[in-house]
Amino acid sequence: MTATLGPIPGVRLSRVNPVAQLTAMGVVTLVLLTSLDVVTPAVVVAAELCLFPAAGLTDPRDLWRRTWPLLLGAGSVGVVNVLLSDDAGALTGLGLALRVVGLALPGILLVASTDPVRLADALTIHWRVSTRFAYGALAALRLAPLLVTEFETVRLARRTRGVEAGRNPVARVRLLAGVAFTLLVGAVRRGSRLATAMDARGFDSGIPRSNARGSTLHRRDTAFVAGTVVVCAVAVTLSVLTGSWSPVFVG
Amino acid sequence: MLRRSSPDGRSLPAGAGGDRPSPGDAPARVVARGFGVRHASRRAWAIRDVDLVVEPGERVLLTGASGAGKSTLLAALAGILDREATEFAGELTVDGVAPAAARARLGMLAQDPDSQLVMTLAGDDVAFGLENAGLPRADIWPRVDEVLAAVGFPYGRDRPTQALSGGEKQRLVLAGALARRPALLLLDEPTAQLDPAGAALVRAAVGRATADRRVTVVAVDHDAAPWLPLVDRVLELRPGGLVEQPPGWRPPRRSEGLVLPPGGGGPLLLSAAAAGFTYPGAAAPALAPTDVDLLAGRALAVTGPNGRGKSTLALLLAGLRAPTTGRVEATDELAAGVRRGDRGPVRWRAGELVTRIGTVFQHPEQQFLTGQVRDELALGPLRSGSGAAAARATAEQLLDRLGLADLADANPYTLSGGQQRRLSVATVLATSPRVLVLDEPTFGQDAATWREVVTLLAEQRARGCAVVTVTHDADLVAVLADAELAL
Repeated sequence: MTATLGPIPGVRLSRVNPVAQLTAMGVVTLVLLTSLDVVTPAVVVAAELCLFPAAGLTDPRDLWRRTWPLLLGAGSVGVVNVLLSDDAGALTGLGLALRVVGLALPGILLVASTDPVRLADALTIHWRVSTRFAYGALAALRLAPLLVTEFETVRLARRTRGVEAGRNPVARVRLLAGVAFTLLVGAVRRGSRLATAMDARGFDSGIPRSNARGSTLHRRDTAFVAGTVVVCAVAVTLSVLTGSWSPVFVG
Repeated sequence: MLRRSSPDGRSLPAGAGGDRPSPGDAPARVVARGFGVRHASRRAWAIRDVDLVVEPGERVLLTGASGAGKSTLLAALAGILDREATEFAGELTVDGVAPAAARARLGMLAQDPDSQLVMTLAGDDVAFGLENAGLPRADIWPRVDEVLAAVGFPYGRDRPTQALSGGEKQRLVLAGALARRPALLLLDEPTAQLDPAGAALVRAAVGRATADRRVTVVAVDHDAAPWLPLVDRVLELRPGGLVEQPPGWRPPRRSEGLVLPPGGGGPLLLSAAAAGFTYPGAAAPALAPTDVDLLAGRALAVTGPNGRGKSTLALLLAGLRAPTTGRVEATDELAAGVRRGDRGPVRWRAGELVTRIGTVFQHPEQQFLTGQVRDELALGPLRSGSGAAAARATAEQLLDRLGLADLADANPYTLSGGQQRRLSVATVLATSPRVLVLDEPTFGQDAATWREVVTLLAEQRARGCAVVTVTHDADLVAVLADAELAL
């Protein structure tokens, strides 16, 4: 069976409150979106890589499974920009690719280090996110792994009915669309059953909800956000000093 | 009543409308008078003329054939019928109020173990319902531990819910419902998707956890026998209304009086030699090397506890997966006419496969591909090269034979569970395969459907089919199997 891409239990980064991680993510996003050079994202990505061991991301195979779509995306962004733009050199392409990586890695760190329940707890307690939304999304998330096993079953089920694509690419796409539709129907039915079950346990019934686990902010959470700000400041400073700083607005 | 007290003496403020679950709540009294329900899209009443009184603390079983309206009545009791799309007759009350108004005092355990859990850890999931009730954190965890013990949950709070078996999940859902100290507990065929051992544990948990009679229990199940030691009364839902069975009543055995056409002896069609299967990256094999011979005119039952690879063996024999060790090979008798005389079913084209080996999955909906029962039956013949007219003729013939003619234009997804099961078997018969592989064909079926499916399979055996059933159903093995392979 395939291993999940969910949280790795007991890693050090999980001691940082999810809302602190999200705030840090916001800072990084702001800085990377406004800079178009190579130096800034390079420094940010380097700093993010330093956090990988703390998020339990050390096994190369696990790392590859979690990041290959990102690396593929970043690579293509870089290459496409170099090929299609008149004035973009290899360096600009590298900068753009690094930017995509720098923007996405915090998400990968968050997923690896944070139990979704803790995330929902933190969001509803500290940021007053609606409990209906947070725990509703949480419940929906639980159904996702079922889709993976069901996909395989539905694909085999088609063969038992005499339906398969063989080598014809058009038939393949049509078959896949059919399988996706069957999965969707199943997901909607299961989703409505889950909604009924949550309802029966008083979810969203108008009573203010309590929280059995709680979510506390510590000094280390402030330190984490402050650290992120410092790294970003260093990145921008280095970029300015090396003369490569080119913010988006100035064009 | 503004304040209620908990057993440890502290008082809890009453919630909005006094609906906070609290230990002081007495079990509910359920009353129905001339009650009926009609879904707006249907002409016939789903249930009608139901008269019923369930006294506080009673445990009652509601039984009846599939399609008799058991689930509708339960949904009405739970107050979850869509008021816009439903017409009601008579009255139904829980402690004198409409069920929808009593929902905060309701606990529910439904059929599917996978769509009732919310949290990733067992303890958090039980706590979920208490959080929703606004119970203070300090009161939550003692109550979680209390109900986990009451249902005999074998692990601690930190057990990931993903790692639980179906029966363990159902016991966890039961704990989550009981933690709220409901006045009325509704059980909707809670063991229909479990193996016999898991089902027995869930029923035992219900019995133990409700032994103090602090909650009224209404269970729905078409299979009444296993509930008899647990319930005070059995009510059977029939088209004319609700009939109370006398004390000491036992349901007739579903195999009683069933006369099946005998099997014959025939040539070997398909065999597995030391066939085993291991998923990529998995440490242990899903199926240890196994030998099987499938003979024409014989029925083989594959039995054994969950996790031994029964369903995996079915996939190998059905030509859906290739064994990772050993071989699965068709004889010339079965493989005749296959392109290049290939004897490995897994390499056959789908069109070649369906005329030789027919497979019925445990969940019928997964195999439905069209929007109409008639088209569903014609699909296999069309795909294996029959002309449109011949396919249509086969479909009409099967519709008549299986009593599905009235439903020819219906969408397969809208059929009842028993009808879906009959249709899924019929779609496979449409291409006249010599080998039939069925995964739990009688799972969750009522007595009438059970007899129909068993008879259908015996007819195919008499016609010279090799029939393989993967099953936990001891009655099925007793009446149909010529041989049993216990994994």
